[in-house]
Amino acid sequence: MAGFLVRLVAGCLLAGCWVMGPALAQKQGGILRVTHRDNPPSASIWEEATISTTMPFAAVFNNLVQFDPDSPQNRLDRIVPELATDWQWSDDGRALTFHLRDGVKWHDGQPFTSADVKCTWEMASGKVDTKLRKNPRKTWWFNLKEISTNGDREVTFHLNDPQPSFLVMLAGGFSPVYPCHVPAAQMRTHPIGTGPFKFVEFKQNESIRLERNPDYWKPGRPYLDGIEYTIIANRPTMVLAFVAGKFDLTLTGELTPELVKDVQAQRPDAQCIVQPSNTEGNLLVNRDKPPFDDARIRRAMGLAIDRQAFSDILSHGVYRVGGAMLAPPEGLWGWSKEFMETVPGYGADVEKNREEGRRIMRELGYGPDHMLLLKVSTRNIPDYRDSAVILIDHLKQVYIQGELEPLDSSVWYARLARKDYAVGMNVQGTGIDDPDVMFFENYTCGSERNYTGYCNADLEKLFHQQSMMTDFAQRRQLVWEIDKKLQEDGARPIVFQSQGGTCWSPQVKGLKLAVNSIYNHWRFEDVWLDR
Amino acid sequence: MLSYIVRRLLLMVVTLFGVSIAIFLLLRIVPGNIADILFDSAGLVDPAEKAKIVADLGLDRPIPLQYAQWIGGLLHGDLGYSYVSEKPVLDEILPRIPITARLAGLALLFAICTGVPLGVISAVRQNSWLDYTLRVVSLSGLSFPAFWLGLLILMGFVRYFGSIPIYQQSPASFWTALGLYAVPAAAVGFRSSALITRLTRSSMLEVLRQDYVRTARSKGLGEGAVIFDHALRNALLPVITTIGVETAFLFGGLIVTETVFNIPGVARFLVEAIRWRDYPMVQNLVMFIALVVVTVNLIVDLLYMVVDPRIRYGE
Repeated sequence: MAGFLVRLVAGCLLAGCWVMGPALAQKQGGILRVTHRDNPPSASIWEEATISTTMPFAAVFNNLVQFDPDSPQNRLDRIVPELATDWQWSDDGRALTFHLRDGVKWHDGQPFTSADVKCTWEMASGKVDTKLRKNPRKTWWFNLKEISTNGDREVTFHLNDPQPSFLVMLAGGFSPVYPCHVPAAQMRTHPIGTGPFKFVEFKQNESIRLERNPDYWKPGRPYLDGIEYTIIANRPTMVLAFVAGKFDLTLTGELTPELVKDVQAQRPDAQCIVQPSNTEGNLLVNRDKPPFDDARIRRAMGLAIDRQAFSDILSHGVYRVGGAMLAPPEGLWGWSKEFMETVPGYGADVEKNREEGRRIMRELGYGPDHMLLLKVSTRNIPDYRDSAVILIDHLKQVYIQGELEPLDSSVWYARLARKDYAVGMNVQGTGIDDPDVMFFENYTCGSERNYTGYCNADLEKLFHQQSMMTDFAQRRQLVWEIDKKLQEDGARPIVFQSQGGTCWSPQVKGLKLAVNSIYNHWRFEDVWLDR
Repeated sequence: MLSYIVRRLLLMVVTLFGVSIAIFLLLRIVPGNIADILFDSAGLVDPAEKAKIVADLGLDRPIPLQYAQWIGGLLHGDLGYSYVSEKPVLDEILPRIPITARLAGLALLFAICTGVPLGVISAVRQNSWLDYTLRVVSLSGLSFPAFWLGLLILMGFVRYFGSIPIYQQSPASFWTALGLYAVPAAAVGFRSSALITRLTRSSMLEVLRQDYVRTARSKGLGEGAVIFDHALRNALLPVITTIGVETAFLFGGLIVTETVFNIPGVARFLVEAIRWRDYPMVQNLVMFIALVVVTVNLIVDLLYMVVDPRIRYGE
């Protein structure tokens, strides 16, 4: 009997190996063909804040550390070394030391050293002028005091205050290590990295080509011979081309939930995922411009919004309702359902909220016969325009008569800079699902992306307080309270958290997307083609 | 004749000078510049950093000085650098010109090769079912928007052939190129074809009623000789004029067609350049297009003499 059992188990194992065999044997070679939506502004990840640049060029680089590609959720406790071999926090939490990998070379043959790390973050934090045309994430490194090196293989980041999330920001797709010896201008057109793929060509409005780096420091990687991005500005053409099998993968988050259904109907073997796109629709109210300098009006406007209606109309209910932080289960820091019920304007009883809004407006002298007239400015592109139209409809519920003012993108940003708007509908992305990134980038006094100029010194103290906390549960509780306060203050009321779809052909293997960020996991070093 | 050509060439220079001023000023009147767009992509609004970009690109200099620098460079073959790609404009434009030229040429060929014969048939078979069918088809050609027709064609290809005729890489052979450009050329040329069909028909109907056509028939000439040697040649003059005008209109269709079929030509590139307020790129592309249009118009004027020997210039 025992012999039979042994044979049975051995047989099952053999059969299992046979079944699993093909799935485990990665194939070398092939070109991954990816669609791209538009011409990236440049190839320099540090200078841009768009997935159009990050996704195609991330494979050219490495970070010091990265989010574990095998973990779908990007979080502090799932960070693994990349160009660093390990890291150590000092006892006071103010120094973070990395030991660097030996034998890593830049694509032009120069050796990678600690000096590259030092100059990358001196550039990013604005401590030295390196001819960056733009530096959109300078605020991320507000806490960085200095960087020191100890030989070629050790680098230490010295912080003003303890900040556990510093490691999270280093792990994000927006934080690759740049070579010291290559000028910033060249990095915009012909980037040099240490990553699994070398840059070959970037034809404006046409294509981006990468080829396998044969000297990649990770043995046996990458599997692909290259990656080709074809820029197809017309979305229906892009969808049809993917359906026709011309492409293996679509640019991440580019498909609307409805388009994903369309793709799956026309190409049933396509694998698709709809995930948070790290962008949220929010209401901008110019708090310096009367009558919006009155907090009561801003509060009434917030109470008029039916967030679920936005989600239903714009995405058939796929978009999430939440605050500044990404809603669970994908998001780590978003409110629980129970907590959300306690936030004004977020309760399930929309009519009750609106009645409260109308009461406030009546107190201020407005009513059905005396509506507050305003213009709702927004960018003249569908995502913005559609949201603004719904917003105008909702504002009517609290005696506010809005008129849509669609603006060309360049005009929109110029007007934001001058604060030349009354009410605006904005859609904005955030790189990493982390409170430090969200709060310091968007809500601190004087931050460039703090479009409404919201400034609350007491709350800013709490930003710093949560940033120093190491206990996840305690920190999250404080983050929830901060997020609630931001919504109560009408700093920039969040209307919806959008989601986007990505599809790939069944031949694409080893692709692992993150559920709470579209900007990470784009090395493609574990991706292979089964054809 | 020679003096006429010289006069026209001088007029061309004046026209191009006017175009250069118009496009230069229009671009600067349109709200926003490259600095705004760059900041749009990065989501930034810091006026100080924006001002730095404006200064780096020389956009803070006086407008007449900027214009003089551009025109001076243009006359010396220096088209400047693209604000977006930071590469020489010439390097960006040159590879795209043959692509658009092939597409436009093929579209025009399609329009003429289908438009003229169908117009003649429609006129000769006036009020027959064939005439009615051709009139409906030509009316459709004028009514269908190019983007709609292009998408419809793409959907048809995907649905029935499981493939899609879009541009992905430079074709290796003549036949591959022909295969690649044929469908978009037909899509963009359909409108011009329809216009030429209708114009040829009405022009032919008018000529066919002329005395000299009746005389030709009474002399016992065959119907073919009457139509092609006597009627068509005289009916072609307005058609040739239309072809000249259509060359300029074709460019509008090309913008849409290049976008829908993802063809990396000049037309699509121009739209992107305008979106980015890439002044050097837009200015030089517009000048190139203007040069093509005025040249084609000159050729059309000269063609009149070939078609109708009675026309003589400068005498």
